[in-house]
Amino acid sequence: MKYMDEFRDPATAKKLVAEIHKLASTALSQREPLQIMEFCGGHTHTLFKYGIESMLPDNIEMVHGPGCPVCVLPMARVDDCVAIAEQPGVIFTTFGDAMRVPGTRKSLLQAKADGCDVRMVYSPMDALALARKNPEREVVFFALGFETTMPSTALTLLQAHREGLKNFSLFCNHITTPATMRAILTDPDLRLDGFLAPGHVSMVIGTHPYDFVTRDYHKPLVITGFEPLDMLQALWMLVKQFAEGRCEVENQYARIVPEAGNVAGLKAIAEVYETREHSEFRGLGNIGDAGIQIREAYAAYDAEKKFGLPFDFAQGAVGYDPEHLKCADVLRGVIKPWECPAFAKTCNPQNPLGALMVSPEGSCAAYYAYGKLAKRKETA
Amino acid sequence: MNLTGTITLAHGSGGRAMHQLVDDLIRRTFSNPLLEEGEDQARIPLAELVAQGDRLAFTTDSYVITPLEFPGGNIGTLAINGTVNDLAVGGAKPLYLSCGFIIEEGLPLETFARILQSMRLAADEAGVQIVTGDTKVVQRGGADKLFINTAGVGVIPAGFNPSAGSAQVGDVVIVNGWLGDHGAAILNARGDLALEADIESDCAPLNALVEAMFAVCPDIHCLRDATRGGLATVLNEFAERSNVDMVLKEEALPIRTPVRGMCEILGLDPLYLANEGKLVAVVPAAAAQAVLAAMQRIPAGYHACIIGEVVEGDGHVILQTAFGGERIVDMLPGEQLPRIC
Repeated sequence: MKYMDEFRDPATAKKLVAEIHKLASTALSQREPLQIMEFCGGHTHTLFKYGIESMLPDNIEMVHGPGCPVCVLPMARVDDCVAIAEQPGVIFTTFGDAMRVPGTRKSLLQAKADGCDVRMVYSPMDALALARKNPEREVVFFALGFETTMPSTALTLLQAHREGLKNFSLFCNHITTPATMRAILTDPDLRLDGFLAPGHVSMVIGTHPYDFVTRDYHKPLVITGFEPLDMLQALWMLVKQFAEGRCEVENQYARIVPEAGNVAGLKAIAEVYETREHSEFRGLGNIGDAGIQIREAYAAYDAEKKFGLPFDFAQGAVGYDPEHLKCADVLRGVIKPWECPAFAKTCNPQNPLGALMVSPEGSCAAYYAYGKLAKRKETA
Repeated sequence: MNLTGTITLAHGSGGRAMHQLVDDLIRRTFSNPLLEEGEDQARIPLAELVAQGDRLAFTTDSYVITPLEFPGGNIGTLAINGTVNDLAVGGAKPLYLSCGFIIEEGLPLETFARILQSMRLAADEAGVQIVTGDTKVVQRGGADKLFINTAGVGVIPAGFNPSAGSAQVGDVVIVNGWLGDHGAAILNARGDLALEADIESDCAPLNALVEAMFAVCPDIHCLRDATRGGLATVLNEFAERSNVDMVLKEEALPIRTPVRGMCEILGLDPLYLANEGKLVAVVPAAAAQAVLAAMQRIPAGYHACIIGEVVEGDGHVILQTAFGGERIVDMLPGEQLPRIC
């Protein structure tokens, strides 16, 4: 396919893999294995989909980060979604992969089976169209995701405002990438050496919001796209930084990511949203200023205010996750998924206890499948 | 019969309206000697069956789909081809079908007649007869427009015994063409995607193809049609039941560009998309080229190709990517859900 196959050329991939192996066996051979976090679930997906991880040298270890909005969604937030969906007259709309995330009572998929009008949409504008078509119903969109989805939900809200729609609101659960990354970097157990940062986030925010990573924490970072060649080139760039003793923010995805980001998108975000003082991330606890809420000026479109739910996160409450689940340690790269006592036992893709097992981009779900492959190789 | 109105509860009441619907529309459309006997059951002469094989194959399936009509077919063609294919992949020659309709009041008679007509055409193409049936009408809200159940019987010739547990190390895996067309066509036809993709369902009968395959290789080890759950699910069943691994070559997988494109946009995997005219066969390597050549002579097999092989293992499906990497293709825990970003 045009604009896609160019970034999946096996011959180029093999050359890049060979270059990474060469650097790893020469320049990196004297140091501890590198731990590189791909922050974003989309990157985890690419790593597994194309089998990239299985081609890397042994002294490069990928750590799957928390950059999957579904993975870091606290159970209490899913409970809030269900509570809204259970209100009479509500059509609750959401992206598909949020449907199966477990709450303490049930998932949205279970709520739908129990009779709630929960609908999967592909864009917030689809939810807005539903609101126009159903003026007697209250349509709520579950606004979820990092900066990638933030402009589209902000623009949808502004459109609803322009049209004077009274039956549309956002349940805002957006989170910001740099603040989440900072939370990981301040962790005393941190073992990471460097980062691959998500290209689509930088398409919105640009490259500078990551400057603190190299400046304050001395961890090199490469912003990269989602095609396999993007990731391989970014890995090569990162490994080269280590080999040459550099520590910089580099932009592999320059064909898409402008240094200053998307000015119009950032303007819409600034108009509609502000940061929350407290916000709970699944597994990571309370991260200050990382969560996003709707500004007072647009309170009429804020499902939190419209439905007046008792939102525990507003007080920074933490602790809905069962204690024996080690989601936090996995999210921070402190342990591997299989080191969690519940992994592949009580927690599996058929019955996910932690959100990392729910989404195919979650590291536990990925390792559940990948682990089988590793086991097969071991026994071969 | 006047086809301008809609189905009403009267059409299911047992009175004149029902009589008209069943006799003047359904029976007339499906007309054949066994059906014309007009009894409460089809009376099938055993001698004809016995002459064709040594075992009876019997299957049933129910069809519920939105929208009822889509590019490449409708719920009626699915109901015929789906049951024909369930028989065919057991090595059976499909012969007779039953057909049960559950209709929601309000369905336009014209739509119903059109679906019946395409069922008749699909049955003729597959060489089967619809010999008995049933019609129920439910109140608005009691069903989603139209549900169809079909059951089918066929005869399995002596010596044909494909089974999900019979794959052997060294066998090759063959599919008869493009994967995922049906699933992608239905997603697109639902209209909530606003995508303009020219994708048609692959809905088709597979019995002629299966017959051609068995003619050159009576020892086909595994054979299934890859419907819901797609290729990945069928291969996982084969691998688990046979206690072997199946290794697929990514470059060999036949997937049309628009289907790949739609999957890229939505974050779906074409290996799990439904098909309605695709089969997966595991055959001994020595017979692979003969089977392939026989398939490629039949329209439903023009694009048949080898996609992988069976190796020692404990029940996994492994995809070798174009880069030389590997990944597990597991069974899905539930429905495929599009990703956020």
